[in-house]
Amino acid sequence: MSVVTLTIDDELVSGRHGETLLQVIREHGMELPTLCHMEGLSERGGCRLCIVEVEGSLRPVPACSTVAQEGMVVRTATDRLIRYRRMIVELLFAERNHYCAVCVSAGNCELQTVAATLGVDHVRYEYLSPRLTMDLSHERFGIDHNRCILCTRCVRVCDEVEGVHTWDVSCRGVRSRVIADLNHPWGRSETCTSCGKCVQVCPTGALFAKGAAVGEMVKDAGMLTRVIEGRDKKGWNE
Amino acid sequence: MGRKGRIRFATVWLGGCSGCHMSFLDLDERLVELAGLADMVYGPFMDAKEFPRKVDVTLVEGAVTNRANLAMALMLRERSRIVVSLGDCAVTGNVTSLRNQFPVADVLATFLSCGEGSVPAMDYDAVPELLPRALPLHQVIAVDGFLPGCPPEPERIWTAIGCLLRGEPVELGPEQLTFG
Repeated sequence: MSVVTLTIDDELVSGRHGETLLQVIREHGMELPTLCHMEGLSERGGCRLCIVEVEGSLRPVPACSTVAQEGMVVRTATDRLIRYRRMIVELLFAERNHYCAVCVSAGNCELQTVAATLGVDHVRYEYLSPRLTMDLSHERFGIDHNRCILCTRCVRVCDEVEGVHTWDVSCRGVRSRVIADLNHPWGRSETCTSCGKCVQVCPTGALFAKGAAVGEMVKDAGMLTRVIEGRDKKGWNE
Repeated sequence: MGRKGRIRFATVWLGGCSGCHMSFLDLDERLVELAGLADMVYGPFMDAKEFPRKVDVTLVEGAVTNRANLAMALMLRERSRIVVSLGDCAVTGNVTSLRNQFPVADVLATFLSCGEGSVPAMDYDAVPELLPRALPLHQVIAVDGFLPGCPPEPERIWTAIGCLLRGEPVELGPEQLTFG
């Protein structure tokens, strides 16, 4: 196996050929915030929280979808990157209606945690306060678009792990919405297997199990690793 | 500064549920300590009719949701050296701003006539008129510090008060910064 050597925050580190910058950074115990990334799913590079500066490149690049290369010089926490990450999180809060105080995932929410970690103590942008709906037509689960950050983990886990692709994204930009099938109520979806993987990988309270009250929706963080390990090792064949 | 160099300390209750003030009361015996270090000059706990001049520190609970809130926000800003948003409604709008998705007329219709028929004319001398949107305090006046939480736990409030009494900016660690 070939190895690449690169410099991250003035430290000489090595990674396996083909690894992403995010993998190398985390393997070396360095911290980098992410929201759309999830171990076991393909990378989307959509949330932009893991942006890093690579010498020779004018623009910051997402570490999750940039392959580590020999001789790269990478910085993960410059003033500019920290400023951008805060802006990104503030824009996420401004774009939809995130009310932590009345959310099922309060205390167990990745957006809430990332914001606090980045020192976001208020939002400088005007809230868009869009009128969004909630779909409670599914027997066991619900989706609240007010809390969705469009990370598409649900779309990817449904497609790549469950192999169903019930979820997808309709429209573009600020109008984007996660939809079931061809924009049907979730409960009337002909493809959904009700496996609940989307609920478990959702970083916020957008996807939740019905019956959960404020702060009660605790996601099973190890679910995807167990499923993928079982699949790869054919653990369920006996 | 107040008598004997103690800071002049105020709290204000705008568009919120008073939960932040309840949490403030939950400082318990630390309130005695605070009373020894600061002069409480205004707030729901004080018998003061008008917001006084030359206040050093003002903690503000609640969003700016009506004209009375707006007038009060402008006045307290003018009369306070340091203004701190206390709790999620002041910081983000929070529950008070849930109505922002709807026009004010629809909101009033829902409450006054269950959404049916016309809304009776409001007496805005008796009840302050709602603003088109409930706003976080910093979108109305300059704010010097933020204390998120719904309500912010007493420990957060005490950490912030500690910063303010030392004359430092409010700085909370990540574990004390979460919304909600």
